[in-house]
Amino acid sequence: MPTEHPPDQLGGHRVQRLWALLFLAWLVALLATAGALFLGEVMGMTPCVLCWYQRIGMFPLAVILGVGVFWADARCIRYALPLAWAGWGVAVYHCLIFWGLVAEGLVPCGKGSSCADADLQVAGFVPIPLLSLIAFTGIVALLWFAERRTKT
Amino acid sequence: MNKKWVVLSTVAAVVVVFIAAGVIFKDGFRQEVTQALQTNSDALVRAHAPIFGNPAAKVTIVEFFDPSCETCRAFYPVVKGIVNASFGQVRLVVRYAPLHKGSDKAVKILEAARLQGKYWEALEKTMAFQPQWAGHDNPQPELIWKLIADIGLDVAKAKSDANSPAIDQLLRQDVADMGALKVDRTPGFFVNGTPLRDFGEAQLKALVDQEIKKLKAP
Repeated sequence: MPTEHPPDQLGGHRVQRLWALLFLAWLVALLATAGALFLGEVMGMTPCVLCWYQRIGMFPLAVILGVGVFWADARCIRYALPLAWAGWGVAVYHCLIFWGLVAEGLVPCGKGSSCADADLQVAGFVPIPLLSLIAFTGIVALLWFAERRTKT
Repeated sequence: MNKKWVVLSTVAAVVVVFIAAGVIFKDGFRQEVTQALQTNSDALVRAHAPIFGNPAAKVTIVEFFDPSCETCRAFYPVVKGIVNASFGQVRLVVRYAPLHKGSDKAVKILEAARLQGKYWEALEKTMAFQPQWAGHDNPQPELIWKLIADIGLDVAKAKSDANSPAIDQLLRQDVADMGALKVDRTPGFFVNGTPLRDFGEAQLKALVDQEIKKLKAP
């Protein structure tokens, strides 16, 4: 390998595990991004306002983590985690609205589709906000484990 | 180097799967709709459906319409504009697709108003005030009675008509036809039997223009 290694890039078994964790986090972000684009652009579902905020969190994760795993650069974690937490927060809020635990009146759903709409389901029964929450939770957890491996 | 190849091939794999799934999805959906139209061509226009514009017009827009649907509301002036600007060449046939809670009730109120010749007045108000009565978490279609109070209805008669079996039957027929034609979102447009494949205002206008041009061609 060339000598221009980033400081965090090291050899060894431990770092292999770190890379694998980052790769998995990136894979989740990549699949979630592809899934969101599929629902929106192919299946023609209009993303509601909250979906957009989650996309704002998820789409850059696919790029930042992608660059991170490409260069085996663990410093991408510190850029990815704020996005992952922000998206996770919106996803939690969206799930609460979807299940009617919070009134939708609090959400500025202007033009476009309703954030509490029952149409927000894949295959008829899996709510999209729940898929988003699972993806963000997975990314946050994987990045957290990865970050711990950089410290010890 | 190994890791970089893993990353690059993962991206390539996801892109390929995405494109393939997209092609398969669109193709399957088109085939389904085409097949549904062939086997259920009589389900498109029924004698009981309200017509806007020249009843003898050669170009027919069939709209599967949900009074609670925001996009139907947004398309309402668009479709009206197309019909009005067509010099009697285009008519709109309204079919119901009550996909939201409370929509069925709203349809029954509209149909009751139609029995008294006040359908379009009632529809105008129902659309204008949709945000007030059609919140998806808490629809209140009963509010429509108040909103249309000034169009000159015999409200007592309309309220009993709204619960009549005849209107219920009409709505059931529309729901059955909606299912048969695979309309799963609103507004669902067909122009002279051709479904609007790529949804949008410009696309609808283009499809209508295409049918008008066919009329002019010998």
